[in-house]
Amino acid sequence: MATFDVLVEISLRPGIADPQGATVERALPALGFDAVHGVRVGKAIRFTMEAADEAAARTTIDQLCTRFLANPVIEDTRVQVAERATSS
Amino acid sequence: MSARIGVVLFPGSNCEHDAVEAIEALGGKADVVWHGDRTLEGVDAVILPGGFAHGDALRPGAIARFSPVMAAVEEFTRAGGPVVGICNGFQILTEAGLLPGALQKNRGLKFLCTTVAIRVETTNGPLTSEATVGQVLRIPINHFEGNYTCDDATLARLHDEDRVVFRYTDNPNGSVDDIAGICNEARNVVGLMPHPERACDPLLGSTDGAVLLRSLLAAAAVRASSPL
Repeated sequence: MATFDVLVEISLRPGIADPQGATVERALPALGFDAVHGVRVGKAIRFTMEAADEAAARTTIDQLCTRFLANPVIEDTRVQVAERATSS
Repeated sequence: MSARIGVVLFPGSNCEHDAVEAIEALGGKADVVWHGDRTLEGVDAVILPGGFAHGDALRPGAIARFSPVMAAVEEFTRAGGPVVGICNGFQILTEAGLLPGALQKNRGLKFLCTTVAIRVETTNGPLTSEATVGQVLRIPINHFEGNYTCDDATLARLHDEDRVVFRYTDNPNGSVDDIAGICNEARNVVGLMPHPERACDPLLGSTDGAVLLRSLLAAAAVRASSPL
């Protein structure tokens, strides 16, 4: 078994209104950040897991995302997996 | 045997006693059912009440849908039993896949606590059978994530199958097509953001919710008198 550090980024699907992102974007010109646009606000979830290899880890993470971490009706996920270097 | 309505209590629900009291004031029988139970103990209708089950952690309803009682609720819906999700209960039903679509943050990012007008769009279902189509009811809302959303195909189906149960007359939260409540394909599962149980006593400013809970009591009575 290997240990993996996982980052799941959850964002609203394209076409789903993002009131938080829109509010942040509306505040930007007043602060002088005129060149910033396309703001979308999401969530990041980090965790550590054990799996035989990266492919097995990703299979489990995909199930976890679909069943629980994200609502596929309105949210997309992006997963980053990094195997932890073994010290033994 | 008289009909009995089960009101599911999740950790963080806060409208279960309002629901029980409103039903009893209308002459019905209601009991609180713990979310950790694996059975509904033979109730004839189920209410998933409002509140903040599990503190709305991750997303409203995301954790509550995995409560042990939800397997029993799902089985009950498959057997045609009437199930109503109010506010957080509606969110739980969408997360559980028992109703289509999702409820996201209100347009405007405000927590809304006010009384709104909703129009009854269909009377074919357990929550509106005693109402009339076009009837406008004044019912309180109390939510941050009440902005109903779904894809175009789902919305078209909701229209074609007459499954939009309530629409806001003045959309408070950005819900697609002014939707305040919908039902499933079999019509026995209804979800709505407004709180009819809080509009059943003149002291609360409106009694317009009573017709909805009376409808549910009628549906429960039909179920109680017919064998499974």
